[in-house]
Amino acid sequence: MAIEPVRSNPIDSRPWTFYVLGALFFAFLAFLYGPMFVIYVLSFQGPEGGVTFPMVGVSLEWFRDIARKGQMANIPPAFGRSMALAALVSMLTVFMSVAGAMAFRRRFPGAGLIFYVVIASLVMPSLLVGFGIGLSFQFLGLQPSLFTSALGAQLTWTLPFGLLAMFAVINRFNRAWEEAATDLGATPFQRLRYVTLPILLPGILGVAISAFTLSYDEYARTTLTIGSHNTLPLEIYALISSATSPTLFAIGTLTTLVSLGLIVLAVTFVWQMDRQRHARRGNEVEAPGDA
Amino acid sequence: MRDEATRSKPPGMLEMERKYDVELVAVTKRYGSTVAVDCVSLRIPKASYTCLLGPSGCGKTSTLRMIAGHEGISDGDLLINDRNVTDLPPSARGTAMMFQNYALFPHLTCLDNVAFGPKMRGTAKAERHEMASQMLDLVQMADFAGRYPAQLSGGQQQRIALARALIMKPRVLLLDEPLSALDPFLRVKMREELKRLQRELAISFVHVTHAQDEAMALADLMVVMNGGRIVQAGTPRDIFERPTNAFVARFIGGHNVLPVDDGLVAVRADHCRLGPASMSQGLRGRISHIEYQGPHVRVSLAMPSGLEAAALIPDGEFHEHPVAPGEERSLVWQAEKAHGVAA
Repeated sequence: MAIEPVRSNPIDSRPWTFYVLGALFFAFLAFLYGPMFVIYVLSFQGPEGGVTFPMVGVSLEWFRDIARKGQMANIPPAFGRSMALAALVSMLTVFMSVAGAMAFRRRFPGAGLIFYVVIASLVMPSLLVGFGIGLSFQFLGLQPSLFTSALGAQLTWTLPFGLLAMFAVINRFNRAWEEAATDLGATPFQRLRYVTLPILLPGILGVAISAFTLSYDEYARTTLTIGSHNTLPLEIYALISSATSPTLFAIGTLTTLVSLGLIVLAVTFVWQMDRQRHARRGNEVEAPGDA
Repeated sequence: MRDEATRSKPPGMLEMERKYDVELVAVTKRYGSTVAVDCVSLRIPKASYTCLLGPSGCGKTSTLRMIAGHEGISDGDLLINDRNVTDLPPSARGTAMMFQNYALFPHLTCLDNVAFGPKMRGTAKAERHEMASQMLDLVQMADFAGRYPAQLSGGQQQRIALARALIMKPRVLLLDEPLSALDPFLRVKMREELKRLQRELAISFVHVTHAQDEAMALADLMVVMNGGRIVQAGTPRDIFERPTNAFVARFIGGHNVLPVDDGLVAVRADHCRLGPASMSQGLRGRISHIEYQGPHVRVSLAMPSGLEAAALIPDGEFHEHPVAPGEERSLVWQAEKAHGVAA
């Protein structure tokens, strides 16, 4: 019995460009995550090791070092300030971008102009925005601080971002849901409370997390508006120029874990919600509508 | 003021004597300078099934949405149950609406979707779930109470949407293209069910559609609209037997609109036959297309003037005297089967 040679169909085989682009993509991934991975590995450097390879043993020495009194003393309070600021920025961003995106569903006089004015701060040089705010505070004789000037500076960054994200979320919102609620006797407040917000919730959570992480690692706008008490990124930057021990890497690993934990938490929550709504259609009872 | 005028009834008038569930009095809808609905007047009899039929953009959906209260009325009055509701919000009108694509709340179970209206009124949880369960029974969806809309098929979603609207105990149920999202088989089944529900509940249904077969099958009152106006209203049989103008004759289908000496006539395609091309009467044309439709064969003729007409010939008759595309024939009909229509 003759066996036909296996021939690859030219339509099924991949063109050479596939492999070139694939290689490019992996190079990009390596560039993106490689340096971070190096930092995570080096944060477990042995007690005798330095800030570069080779690893001299493996230890948690540098994580312990963070808690010790000494030059790292400022790290825990800076972390606390960063978390508090990020939480506030996140809440304000959600509140304003949800309200703003809902307003932009209707055309109103000057809508285009207002939109561009809001979005413009995304493209302004961030250092200059911070500088301007710092200068204005000085001019007005106000003391720059965490929850005034730094909060404002960070909002110039997170608000336009949050608004654009909410536009994308609200685009998928079907207005018939609101009409149905009205038809069923809901007041405008009930409609917002029981229909609009719950349906938008996964998107709103996404905006909250984005705003939180944007604030948590913001540097350029914050540096000139923070006053006398640093946030974590500023504190780390100050340490980089003075300290030379793997403790910095340990801090990097920990802050990454914080961000990651937050994102995992949010994604799990949204996924749970989604799973509930789209649960598998297994063991379906015979549907009268489909009989 | 107009409220007072319409609310006051002659002394001694009984509820029984009320004849109309919905009355539109010269209702107009303008969007800027465009007129979507132009001075429409219509009376919808008590406990009847009304279909608003027309091509897209004819104003049928705007009319429905004005009745529902989701669209403001630019001019004119709307009476529901003898009460002027022109300026009342949707929930105060005694109407409930079933939206196109149903607009079920994706974050709520079927039971909570149906119980939504009572919840907004402040009905306690146990009571509103009891009411919702009864509604789910009515639409045969009791087994699906705990499901979310995304877990249901189109036909099932429609039943939930129906239950959610009916729990409001409306006097008038408004349905916006309720069957267009369903496959053809399910569409026929659901339309039977809609009609059954309307009869059992003895309330009025107002149903917007662009499908003439749907309107014919369901309607007690069929309202054909075009260009923001009502072009003809009546029972489906009235309209099919005597379309008053060329638009209606063409839109409801099954008719030829043909030029004669003194204007236009409409003749049902199943009243037309083919004669030899040499005949002196009738309209001569070339057979352009033959379509076998089971009980009938549809023969299309292209006239020299560019006009297209069709004869719907019983299949037995056709096969006794078959014709083929390209042949010349005359389209003939009995004079009493034709009636004049406005252009």
